[in-house]
Amino acid sequence: MRHALMVGLAAALAAAPWLTASAQTEDEVNAEFEKFRAVLEQDNPAELWEVKGEQLWKTPRGPKKASLEKCDLGLGPGVVKGAYAQMPRYFADVDRVMDAEARIVHCMITLQGYQYADLAKAPFSSATRTPDPVSIVTYVAAQSEGMKFAPPQSHPKEREAYALGKEIFNFRGGPWDFACASCHGLEGKKRIRTQLLPNFADPATAIAAVQAWPGYRMTGGVMHSLQWRLTDCFRQQRLPKPDYTSETLSLLMTYLTVNASGQTYKGPGIKR
Amino acid sequence: MKLKTLALLAGGATVLASCATGPGGTHREAVRLMQRDFKPVGIATMDRLKQDEVQAACNQYSNNPPPDVAATLQKKQLAGIKWPADGKLLGNWKEGEKIAQRGRGMAWNDKPGKTSRGESNGGSCYNCHQIGPATTSFGTIGTSLYQFGKARGYSEGVQRYAYGKIYNAKAYNLCSQMPRFGHSNSLTEQQMKDLTALLMDPASPVNQ
Repeated sequence: MRHALMVGLAAALAAAPWLTASAQTEDEVNAEFEKFRAVLEQDNPAELWEVKGEQLWKTPRGPKKASLEKCDLGLGPGVVKGAYAQMPRYFADVDRVMDAEARIVHCMITLQGYQYADLAKAPFSSATRTPDPVSIVTYVAAQSEGMKFAPPQSHPKEREAYALGKEIFNFRGGPWDFACASCHGLEGKKRIRTQLLPNFADPATAIAAVQAWPGYRMTGGVMHSLQWRLTDCFRQQRLPKPDYTSETLSLLMTYLTVNASGQTYKGPGIKR
Repeated sequence: MKLKTLALLAGGATVLASCATGPGGTHREAVRLMQRDFKPVGIATMDRLKQDEVQAACNQYSNNPPPDVAATLQKKQLAGIKWPADGKLLGNWKEGEKIAQRGRGMAWNDKPGKTSRGESNGGSCYNCHQIGPATTSFGTIGTSLYQFGKARGYSEGVQRYAYGKIYNAKAYNLCSQMPRFGHSNSLTEQQMKDLTALLMDPASPVNQ
């Protein structure tokens, strides 16, 4: 698999003229990237973390020497299939809406005895380390591949979460007056540099916010989840940093995922 | 009596609950949660989550404020622009080009007045604008600035408009997506002069 991956990468790189400075139109550049992605997806690197995440899910670990097989992701203890596509959702035991990674971290704390402070110390992947929750959320997400996004909006707190997430999405602040919407709420096919900016407020294009996450990111060659992506958005907005798995992030994810409701999730993917 | 008290309490609770969901209530609650959940890192301090009157108005009116609100606030923003004491608005377009290309600065991983790499802050101009003809990887959120001076003429009035717009875009269009580079101390006076030269110097590649 690894060999096939490298061959695929080499072939794709050779056929990737946008990597050199060129005067291509945005559509040409994006078409080239999609070709590259298609080649890479034949041997999706995310699978490596799915396998690791599955082991982490099933192995008794932590101070309490328990597995995560009793973790309730919203469809009942231990039910993983389809859970990711139906999150974020309201959990009565914590009286808040949680996204998949926030719920996994919650289970690691309550079932396995880990400390939040330890998990939150360095929660994002680097070239040398992938934190366990990232691998686990990749495994959990893979079990929703091919299913339609359907985060519930039946509980009042879920509807409130959508409304609050929308406010967070549109909140303009910081020295540069940026909101999420400054880049991702624009009409027409706008772009930053050559990167197309899908409008996440528009149900027709909102799927781009959640599709292919968790994703293997070619920049840096690491596995990242939506927790990382949204946190980095706030960095680029020049705002302070949201706490790992905080409610604010779950609310924002609720807004984004509900906007993508009804669209099919292709599983962990590849990101630029 | 007891029932009455209960009814009053229930009524009060309903009023409180509706405050959280009424007009503006959801916004206030979202801001409260952000202020609770965010932590300062480096130069990205918590005051960045406190909206000023421009940000608040643009949020309140979904970036489309009534003309009178826009006019009043734009006037105040315009009055806050500090024009160069030496009266000169044009710096070095070559430096301006570098500032326009650079997209870093002001984030929590950057340093005060500098990027994480120790360079002076960038203006991120190419992220959103077409500017010089050599760069084809430009963004399209803002209008094209190619041939900015050539098309408008090289008058002092146009120079002032360019410098002022870079200093505080909200003085001209209240809910513009463009940052207020001078107002927010993101760029120095010299950097803003250099950017003005990039747009307004007849020798700049922008005007060829």
